[in-house]
Amino acid sequence: MKTKFDPLKYRPDFPILKQKIHGYPLVYFDNAATTQKPKMVIDAIKNFYERDNANVHRAIHQLGERATEAYEKARKTIAGFIGAESEKQIVFTKGATESINLVASAWGRKYISEGDEIIVSEMEHHSNLIPWQLLAKDVGAVLKILPINLDGTLVFNEFEHILSNKTKLIAVTHMSNVFGTINPIKKIVSMAHDRGIPVLLDGAQSVPHLPIDVGFLDCDFLVFSGHKMCGPTGIGVLYAKINHLENMNPYQGGGEMISSVWLDNATWNEIPHKFEAGTQNIAGAIGLAKAIEYLEYVNMRDITLYEQDLVTYTINKLMSIDGVVIYGNAPARGGAISFNLDDIHPHDLAHFLDQKGIAVRAGHHCAQPIMRKLNLAATTRASLYFYNTVEEVDYLAEQLVEAKKFFNL
Amino acid sequence: MDAEFRELYQEIILEHSKSPRNFRRMEDATHKLEGRNPLCGDQYTIYLKIENGIIADISFEGSGCAISKASASVMTSVLKGKSIAEAKKLFEQFHDIVTGVKTTGDDTDISRKIAAFSGVAEYPVRIKCATLAWHAMRNSIEGVTNSVTTEEK
Repeated sequence: MKTKFDPLKYRPDFPILKQKIHGYPLVYFDNAATTQKPKMVIDAIKNFYERDNANVHRAIHQLGERATEAYEKARKTIAGFIGAESEKQIVFTKGATESINLVASAWGRKYISEGDEIIVSEMEHHSNLIPWQLLAKDVGAVLKILPINLDGTLVFNEFEHILSNKTKLIAVTHMSNVFGTINPIKKIVSMAHDRGIPVLLDGAQSVPHLPIDVGFLDCDFLVFSGHKMCGPTGIGVLYAKINHLENMNPYQGGGEMISSVWLDNATWNEIPHKFEAGTQNIAGAIGLAKAIEYLEYVNMRDITLYEQDLVTYTINKLMSIDGVVIYGNAPARGGAISFNLDDIHPHDLAHFLDQKGIAVRAGHHCAQPIMRKLNLAATTRASLYFYNTVEEVDYLAEQLVEAKKFFNL
Repeated sequence: MDAEFRELYQEIILEHSKSPRNFRRMEDATHKLEGRNPLCGDQYTIYLKIENGIIADISFEGSGCAISKASASVMTSVLKGKSIAEAKKLFEQFHDIVTGVKTTGDDTDISRKIAAFSGVAEYPVRIKCATLAWHAMRNSIEGVTNSVTTEEK
């Protein structure tokens, strides 16, 4: 290990990691699905409900003021974390999935019409594929697919062939939840912008693990989820450039998103409130802001460097086991590692590992087109976070060898 | 290793999953149905040749975990030559065993084979794996032709 980062310094902050599963210490390797929560995030949510709970932007009373202040402060914290110029660019949603659906509905329905084209990559999570399929079907647009290589990288040169003067949007993931691939976003954005095409970046897997600066990336939309970055479930973010947010239609109708309402008409609140109809997940936003404070205290740069080290260590360790096949071999990659072990079905392997206290994911990872491309029904996935240790990786490797014995291989 | 977990993966289950019986496509099947478990990607097609109310031949193909594959394999080996009424009865017996409702109550060769799946009852998440092929078989003989998934009965 090259970095001096010490995960043991942070592990005590996560109450859930202290438990045993089937008599073994919990080894949590399912971080691409959701991460664990530090005590300060849990406490922030508890404190909000115990001391400050009220609806926001409505009440003149003390609690209403406190809740509104905390909610809007959370927006500022998030804006700062991703380098947004203004907190007005931060729309709260329930997660990356809702953020993409919001863009597909409020932006897509206004700007994409019959015969237009939307480009997505073949490695997208279903959440960055299905909303575009639905939109394309509804308005008569065409979904174009940027293919992937078998090593889990984009066939970048194919862009030339599928881009056209009808392309209205490129929606692509920053980091693959199956292969761990980090895509060349700067290159994609600059190529798209040369042609006046906006880019939506799915940051569900990247924002928790890499320092993000939307000014540098220059993407038009960035979506991510709170629960994959030490925050609570049910809260997520849509970042967008101001002009897009100003021009987009509302998403859902209701309270808070309006300016003036008559029985037959209404005008919209200013951004970002135009997109936040109804009472929002206030405690969730506050919890996410606290998670970000925590990640900044650990330091995003250190997290990235440590995880790079740990993922290299893990891949080498797994490759040293006879019968392990790893899917994805991109030069730039994060900590989602998909693999198979001999002929052991991932479902059986994950169940065996669970008996030893190890939590991994088995299945298609909400990316069935990738599985089809690799001619696989499923893979096992170990996904890392900064609180994972070299010792846990060694233990996983040990237990994979045990699994081979158990299944008589 | 925990004894209950070893019980789940008994030798007979591992053996059937590695060398599944009747693991082939059937060109002259009278009944054919796909069963899928969308959560883990298990996918099997069950083929039946039913003549005069008797299962003259039964086979399957597809992929999935050891439990689902062994279950499909054992199912084909016990159902060959049985009547439709007997097949439905065995479905009920198998279902009772994997959900822990009751044992077979006798000690025939067939009972012993399906009793190997009694360990499944300790692991509710694996019940769908064990019953996937059986549901496809039952739906197929009842005339269903669209594929069935574990998310519906």
